[in-house]
Amino acid sequence: MLKINNLHANINGKEILKGINLEIKAGEVHAIMGPNGSGKSTLASVIAGKEDFEVTEGSVELNGEDLSEFAPEVRAHKGVFLSFQYPIEIPGVTVTNFIKTAINETRKAKGMGELPAKELLQMIREKADLLEIDRKFLSRSLNEGFSGGEKKRNEIFQMAMLEPQLAILDETDSGLDIDALKVVANGVNKLKSEKNAVLLITHYQRLLDYIVPDFVHVLYNGKIVKSGGKELAYELEEKGYDWLK
Amino acid sequence: MELKEKLVSSFLAFENKGNIDLDSTVHAIRLNAIQNFETAGFPTKKDEEWKYTNLKPILKEDFILFPNVEKSVGFKNIKDYLINDIDSYTLIFVDGEFNSFLSETTHEDCDVCVMSSALTRPKYKMIIDNYLNTIANKNNSLSELNTAFVKEGAFINIPKNTIVPKPIQIINFSTGSEKEVLLQPRNLVVVGENSHVQIIERHQNLSENTTLTNSVTEIFLHKRAIVDYYKIQNDNNESSLIDNTFISQKQQSVATVSTFSFGGKITRNNLEFYHEGEHITSNLNGISVLNEKQHVDNHTLVDHKSPNCESHELYKGIYADKSVGVFNGKVIVRQAAQKTNAFQQNNSILIDDGATINSKPQLEIFADDVKCSHGCTIGQLDESALFYMQSRGIPVKEAKALLLYAFGNDVVEKIKIPQLKTLISKLIAKKLNVQLGFEL
Repeated sequence: MLKINNLHANINGKEILKGINLEIKAGEVHAIMGPNGSGKSTLASVIAGKEDFEVTEGSVELNGEDLSEFAPEVRAHKGVFLSFQYPIEIPGVTVTNFIKTAINETRKAKGMGELPAKELLQMIREKADLLEIDRKFLSRSLNEGFSGGEKKRNEIFQMAMLEPQLAILDETDSGLDIDALKVVANGVNKLKSEKNAVLLITHYQRLLDYIVPDFVHVLYNGKIVKSGGKELAYELEEKGYDWLK
Repeated sequence: MELKEKLVSSFLAFENKGNIDLDSTVHAIRLNAIQNFETAGFPTKKDEEWKYTNLKPILKEDFILFPNVEKSVGFKNIKDYLINDIDSYTLIFVDGEFNSFLSETTHEDCDVCVMSSALTRPKYKMIIDNYLNTIANKNNSLSELNTAFVKEGAFINIPKNTIVPKPIQIINFSTGSEKEVLLQPRNLVVVGENSHVQIIERHQNLSENTTLTNSVTEIFLHKRAIVDYYKIQNDNNESSLIDNTFISQKQQSVATVSTFSFGGKITRNNLEFYHEGEHITSNLNGISVLNEKQHVDNHTLVDHKSPNCESHELYKGIYADKSVGVFNGKVIVRQAAQKTNAFQQNNSILIDDGATINSKPQLEIFADDVKCSHGCTIGQLDESALFYMQSRGIPVKEAKALLLYAFGNDVVEKIKIPQLKTLISKLIAKKLNVQLGFEL
């Protein structure tokens, strides 16, 4: 599904990603771990198409199609979803209106008509229940005044609504207490299928207790320095990152 | 002939034509005003209050002061500019004259009628004598100019304990019957104790010819009166508007003026509130969405003279292309006005490099036990918010429009007439060239 070949990326002339190779197949869960500043969030942003980063070499392919020329919204239409580490507050736009706009723009791009209001409402109810989100919450301005946990839960709610092929969860566990973490992880697990894939980006092994990865990769200084199964996460938790340098 | 000379020299003819009673209050007021205007002249950029708005180019035109009135204007010509899905009183003026055929007035529980009739009928003499030109700022030469030629406009007199059951729409049309036209509507609104009225005012040029409107509105609120006054400024690029609005408030009254500026060549709003009692609330809301070379200047004054009053001022602006915004918000808290709460905010977004905003908060505080604040922000669209929205599949154009729309939303939310709220939302969406799949 996702194939990253020898990916190099700069920001303001500084090279952050120095040749990443990664392949994710449908139905798989991959985790990327690594110390601060290793390039984890950059990798997520580059896949999603953030223009601040310049790809100098290599490619990101989704289902055999090179994404490099596509704007972020086009990537989203093709099935890429990025859950932000720090979701942005958008005063004046409610959660419901935001998700409605996102869904209908995606449908428009695919040549489909708008989702009927009744179906949309039913879907919103279903997914809100899945993530134990209070209905009142949906008529609040997007992320405005949300707690850290509410913001993250709202990200996964949007993911559930948009049903992406590839979900990249950037530090979704940060700022969550253990109960919220369980709810979010449970949501992600229920949304997982043979047709989609998940890329988890995290500092800690904690999240991986709840969303169990098929593969774990260690990113260090812009490169994947080690890959393995889920046991690699425990090893990192125990030994830290120093032994990999 | 320069416009000023032309105006001064036509004054006698104007008064004679109106068969003026030389003993009347209005004659004395006009005479005094034309003298003041002759002394002061039009404001220039050297005048501190007009530093950022230059009237010179528009005053060069060869204005017709008393245009021929286009009689053939029918409902079909004007219906797009009325809020039609609402029951309302309407006062329609065409080329400066009242059009009774298109209007709906009343004298039932209150007077919703016109200045020309109020100036001549004995039963309104007391009101004219007591109120007309009593709060219009004598140092404002444009207001004086309007006063010199006071003749027509809305006359609204609400007795005490009256809730006017439906809003009043005041619309001034110009038809282009002359190439360049100067219009000077004069409105007087007197609201009695415990009474409530909602008014919507609009100016619309129906042609491609040049129109300059120099309007004056005086509003008086007695004890506990409530007035909601909405100004829709969405005229074409051939039209300029100088709006002078003066409001006097007695104790416990609440006056709200909301100004929606989306069009016009040059728009200048002089909005002044004077407090004459305690526990008064004044609300000033505004939103400008401008493009091309449009220019909107909001000059506001809230004069806190008595204790325990509050004012809330919120002006937002979105400026594209080479448009220019000016905000000058003056708040005076006089020594007697202890326990005043005065809040002022001006937020602007500049979309294009060529757009300009000049924002000037002015607080003059002479009392020591007050809460006053002002905030001013000028920014661009938040790139990280755009990327966030794009990453959810919302194209960049729609994302920008949604952010701008949301930016203005807290002003739109304050509109108390639902049909007007819908109209303003639509006008903003149209101006931002976006179709939203929902109402905010």
